[in-house]
Amino acid sequence: MGLGTYDFALAIGGEAGQGIATPGDIMARIIVRRGLHLVTYNAYQSIVRGGHIFLTMRISDAKVQNHGDKLDLLMCLNQDTMDRHQRLMGPGTRIVYNSDTINPGTEDKGADLCGLPVSDLTDGSRNRLVQNTVGMGAIASLMGIDFSVLEESLTLRFQRRGQEMVDENVKVARAGYDYSQEHFKPFDQSPPVGEKPLAVWSGNDALAMGGAAAGVKFYAAYPMSPATGVLHWMANNARNLGIMVRQVEDEIGVANMVVGAAQAGTRSLCATSGGGFALMTEAIGAAAMMEIPVVFINVMRAGPSTGVPTKTEQGDLWQVLGASQGDFERIIVSPTDALDAFSTMAEVFNLTDKYQCPAIVISDLYISEGRYSVDPDLINMHPEIDRGALITEPSDTDGYLRYKDTESGISPRPLAGLEGYVHLVATDEHDEDSTLLSDEFTNPHKRRQMVEKRARKFDNILSDITAPVLQGPADADVTLIGWGSTRGIIAEAVDALNAEGVSTNHLQIRWMVPFHGDQIMDILSKAKRTIIVENNYSGQFARYMRSETGFAADGHIRKYDGEPFMPHHIVDGVKAQIGGETDRYVPYQEITV
Amino acid sequence: MATTAINLTPRDFKGKSNPDWCAGCGDFGVLNAIQRAVAEMGFRPHDIMTVSGIGCSSNLPGYINTYGMHTLHGRSLAMATGVKMANHEMNVIVTGGDGDGYGIGGNHFTHTARRNTDLTYIVMNNQIYGLTTGQVSPTSSIGMNTKSTPFGNVEQPINPITSAIMNGATFVARAYSGDVRHMADLFQQGIRHKGFSIIDVFSPCVTFNLTNTHDFFKERVKKLEDENHDPSDWKTACEKAMLFGDTIYTGLFFQGDRPSLEDVEPVLSKGGPLATRPLELDKDDAQKIIDRMM
Repeated sequence: MGLGTYDFALAIGGEAGQGIATPGDIMARIIVRRGLHLVTYNAYQSIVRGGHIFLTMRISDAKVQNHGDKLDLLMCLNQDTMDRHQRLMGPGTRIVYNSDTINPGTEDKGADLCGLPVSDLTDGSRNRLVQNTVGMGAIASLMGIDFSVLEESLTLRFQRRGQEMVDENVKVARAGYDYSQEHFKPFDQSPPVGEKPLAVWSGNDALAMGGAAAGVKFYAAYPMSPATGVLHWMANNARNLGIMVRQVEDEIGVANMVVGAAQAGTRSLCATSGGGFALMTEAIGAAAMMEIPVVFINVMRAGPSTGVPTKTEQGDLWQVLGASQGDFERIIVSPTDALDAFSTMAEVFNLTDKYQCPAIVISDLYISEGRYSVDPDLINMHPEIDRGALITEPSDTDGYLRYKDTESGISPRPLAGLEGYVHLVATDEHDEDSTLLSDEFTNPHKRRQMVEKRARKFDNILSDITAPVLQGPADADVTLIGWGSTRGIIAEAVDALNAEGVSTNHLQIRWMVPFHGDQIMDILSKAKRTIIVENNYSGQFARYMRSETGFAADGHIRKYDGEPFMPHHIVDGVKAQIGGETDRYVPYQEITV
Repeated sequence: MATTAINLTPRDFKGKSNPDWCAGCGDFGVLNAIQRAVAEMGFRPHDIMTVSGIGCSSNLPGYINTYGMHTLHGRSLAMATGVKMANHEMNVIVTGGDGDGYGIGGNHFTHTARRNTDLTYIVMNNQIYGLTTGQVSPTSSIGMNTKSTPFGNVEQPINPITSAIMNGATFVARAYSGDVRHMADLFQQGIRHKGFSIIDVFSPCVTFNLTNTHDFFKERVKKLEDENHDPSDWKTACEKAMLFGDTIYTGLFFQGDRPSLEDVEPVLSKGGPLATRPLELDKDDAQKIIDRMM
């Protein structure tokens, strides 16, 4: 993977309501316009005012895939941030803070303290957000970013609110910049300029955009962290793109509405988190029984129940595997980063249309709420759209059977309202002609026929999707196995381990159902030491692998404190297992947020 | 609405299956009235989607020759809203019972009325759970003995008419299934009405509700039309809807002229049904999205 020549992490901490998002957003724009890559992870709590928010932004001239292991520059917006994180900042790092209101803490580990006399620098401004802008000036100075670049970004950010607003912000940023130039030592290396400007998006933006590009025309939701970003993107773009967006009374209503819209013929989508998904599950079974293609996104957060609404976890795998009563076919995929989340949407809509079944896309807070640079040329807004056996023209012949028992199990379905295709769909078991088998005369032979018809649709589905590929040296001593959002973190740990002489490779799995059991076992049967990495306590994926393949890994690395892995957590876990200390390593989360 | 005038008869709307309802069930009358209403209005089977939940009355989509969805218990209005949003040119009729609509589906009932979605909701209200063999329902009267209230129901029943009016429905009517002509007229008015129409129909369960029988209603029902009720007067409508003694009113209680959801939803203002629009994004629109991310 290689991290290029520049690898820098900036952190901003404060409480909710102190306006961390604005400097974070302005910095992100500066970075991507410069053609640099970034990953932003925002650790926060379910509170509108107060608490502790901690934004980490990692910047590099090479593609960066996680928020990293270290911090170079910390900006404290309150005393709490200083007290919590000063101990993480060693020699060579800088801490920027408002010296009028914040004192250096007691856990000095060697960072340069860059106190800004904000009141003097701003002529005694009483605007409590002014310290953010002064601080940004200092950050630009310390990082070696020319002030004109910051000035341009501030202008773009504030011009909608008038020239006075622009001038005020530029003035105080300039004061912070100049003060820093005069008093503090900048970092040795300033950020290079990349090949071309990049774009920035969140994982939720990517999921929503992927849906829009796939032709979604109906989106329904009930707000729930960390999935709400999908609703916000859809709502903001609905009118321009002709997508209907409905905020519905509850997730039960959401799920049933999208199934209804899909039956009428639109590509229909909804997104929620585990609790909302629990309410949706009956409708998922309904979509399976009525053979209606529809896509549900579950953005996982730490559970169970309300759990930790603003923290990440990979704890819903068995929930989606078992969502809804009965024994039926569904598609489940766990994208591995934001761009993959985007591309997955068109892929999964084509599959649901082909196989006329529900599909579930599993994301998590780490992917969905993180912000990432992306090469705009890699975002294909016009993917191939294949609606499968969808009838779009009327017919003058009789005898249409909605659930015709075909060789493939797939029965052509019409857009609702077409002449010649009047039919019923039912959540009760039914025969080819939609006559209910459940109430009056249950018929074991017809029941078996319909169960087999629906199941048969999946016989060859593996040929439509790609199997996971082993990354890294084929004969490595250690094979790390992950699923979903951990890909970019594990990949960097693998590079670090190989650099340290621990020969390691990596298998990341994104298709949960259907599952490439044979292909995966071909790879793992040659592996020497296998370790499964996942963000939960009980090893949900390890148990799933075992149930599908009989495979049991040699060891496990698990994290379930709500915070995502950092690459060194995995490096340490591998070393501990090689050293024979444990076969189930749980890393310690150093940054407490 | 039908685009060409074709003279179909109620028989043309007969479904593939015969109803499995008990002999004498009020739901037969409702089915007949719907078939009569849609035939008289000149609809063709493919112009209509009939959506139901679960329960005896929710079996109705299997007995009528239209597009149909026989969905989950309580979820008919949510499914039907999805259908209507995806194809607002279809006429969507929702059928079900009192438990399905006012009990397990109560939240959707409230919010569908508030949205004023252009659906015609026909509730076969028998004041009992029939398919589960006779338990108390949200419309069962106080004191009613059922299998789940052997010492008498102590809970106040919901009033579908006043609830619908208060929640924002713009066509609120009540009928009795023994009067098919009156029902068919109300159904036609409800289908023509642009917005959420609900017609709550007393549809006696001859097996499990031995209190609210055909004889019970025949003695009591009086048509609002015969009393010069003004359907724009929601206060009087609510007063009359509360009566459930010697006189029980049927007919159109309330009609408002608030715009329907489809009329105020900007995405539907042009371009035809969502379900038939092109899926591919316009190139310029797509580029604008990318540009905003830069």
